[in-house]
Amino acid sequence: MAATATGIHHTSYRSELRLRHTNSEKLRLWLALAGLIALPWLVNPYWLGIVNTIGIAVVGAVGLNILVGFTGQISLGQGGFLAVGAFTSALLSGRGGLPVPLSMLAAVLVTAGIGGFFGLPALRLKGLYLAIATLASQEIILFVVRRWDWLTSGQGFLDVDRLTIFGWKIPRVSFEFTWYWIIAGVAVLAVIAARNLFRTALGRSFMAVRDQDIAASAIGVDLTRTKLMAFAVSSGYVGLAGALTAHYTETVTWERFTLTVSIQYLAMIIVGGLGSIAGAVYGAAFIMLLPPLLAELADLLRPSVPLLADQLPAVQVAAFGLAIMLFLLFEPRGLNRIWQRAKDYVRFWPFRY
Amino acid sequence: MSEFVQLTVYGLANGAVLALAALGFVLIYKATSVINFAQGEFLLIGGYLFYTAFVVFGLPWTIAVVVGLIAAALLGVVIERLVLRPLIGEEPIAVIMVTIGLAAVLRSLVQMLYGTTPREMPDVLPSGSVEVIGASVPLDRITAIGIAAVVLTAFSAFFRWSRHGIAMRAVADDQQAALVQGIPVHRIFAMAWAMAAVSALIGGLLLADITEISQNLIGFGLIVFPVVILGGLDSVPGTIVGGLTIGLISQYAESFSPGASQVVPYVALVLILLVRPYGLFGQVRIERV
Repeated sequence: MAATATGIHHTSYRSELRLRHTNSEKLRLWLALAGLIALPWLVNPYWLGIVNTIGIAVVGAVGLNILVGFTGQISLGQGGFLAVGAFTSALLSGRGGLPVPLSMLAAVLVTAGIGGFFGLPALRLKGLYLAIATLASQEIILFVVRRWDWLTSGQGFLDVDRLTIFGWKIPRVSFEFTWYWIIAGVAVLAVIAARNLFRTALGRSFMAVRDQDIAASAIGVDLTRTKLMAFAVSSGYVGLAGALTAHYTETVTWERFTLTVSIQYLAMIIVGGLGSIAGAVYGAAFIMLLPPLLAELADLLRPSVPLLADQLPAVQVAAFGLAIMLFLLFEPRGLNRIWQRAKDYVRFWPFRY
Repeated sequence: MSEFVQLTVYGLANGAVLALAALGFVLIYKATSVINFAQGEFLLIGGYLFYTAFVVFGLPWTIAVVVGLIAAALLGVVIERLVLRPLIGEEPIAVIMVTIGLAAVLRSLVQMLYGTTPREMPDVLPSGSVEVIGASVPLDRITAIGIAAVVLTAFSAFFRWSRHGIAMRAVADDQQAALVQGIPVHRIFAMAWAMAAVSALIGGLLLADITEISQNLIGFGLIVFPVVILGGLDSVPGTIVGGLTIGLISQYAESFSPGASQVVPYVALVLILLVRPYGLFGQVRIERV
């Protein structure tokens, strides 16, 4: 078999604007879809639970990547925005009596609004200074959530009722299984929406701001509007992830939304690949799978290397840190780039390029 | 009145240690324009290095300090060479994240070696307290303020008059121009990291002495950010002003409402950034396309 194609050549604007360019790309997409549908029958409830947390993380990571990877605004405030989404949806559905789909929608809107507000410093700050300002927003939101007794009626956490959609309550036996379909559906929609966002004028203006914001304003991009919209859109995604977390885990506590979580999400998009939607998905899976896989490994090696099992929490943190460092040093463009290189290798084989 | 004096002394002592931690941060930013999110872990490692030399190996404290200083400097150089140097000239997000990864690794290393239980350290600083205007003020805090003042003055003098200090300022100002002058920029980078680790060691051992030594030292690393924003990311005198201000503000806030000290520094940070985006003493950078 010789190499068949030397690259993708477009002969019309229509073909260039298509979302999927090649047949093999379409084929892979169908295969991935089939895999997603088959997955819940292939794994046990424990791993399905982990898959569900990955699905939620995908929504959040895609949102963060819109802000950091596509608009170039560094944010350490992810955890705070997750908290806003989780508390909004939990309170509106619990105390407000709103149906859950509506309360989730409200969570998206409220988080988008608050995200836009905390994006205001971005109008004057860039890079490192902006990162520190968003760190402040994380600490301030978390402080409010912790100290405002009204939120949790003074008990420190919120109980959320088992999810009920239009009078149908999720049965206990098929809890993970049912949630899988909900989360997978939401995650797929979120990914498709994000992929399409970057074919619109708004999405393109995000990228223009990332590449050079002064140059972008010179060609007529409204910087204020674009930066605030980027914060709002990204926070909307994050709010959705927060709302899903609230209803899936059925408790909301501030401990789930600390700076560590913000850092975890940043690690996802770094490991997956900045400025790529697929990368956010790979990264979310990688970072969420790392701790349980290490736990399995430690269990397996317990007879020969007991140290690994004894020090598991520390080992998990170390592996997390090492993963970030190694990716930045050796493949700064992340898993997405590795996947592209693997595809190129197969496509051009036996030639090198 | 006596409570006010006591709060002020505690605030100044915390602020002095904060200024030391912030000094390491500013040294690195000034010379290499890297924001070091692992500064809190540097404090932690500094504290444990001294603890190991002093308690585990049972060295006299003077020698333990010297051993700790040498180990910290070596650690700084190694980290710069292995982790930071390959990323020179990369985007801010990459540099931030690599120091965050570094922080995770350093923290888990300490946890693996020493566990999570806090450790008591025999006092090195004088214990007991003195009466100042009716308030009883512990001596170890006053000594800590004194030590921090001496170290900060020494560093300021170093930048002002010593050959290496001037070279570091030159590198911070313009790397290419410094290279043309024959300044070994790479060596300056390594030196900045070594000095940051050293100042963190001093801060860490002061903290370990006035409180106890545990993973909580990391928390001090995050409060460094309000301090440096207040003072400006690239100003050494700014760290002193910033450190003392934040130390005092959070002590006073804590006395009004317990727990407020966690958030007040960040509120101050946001307010300052809204008025002066480059901090009170920071250098305004002009950007050209």
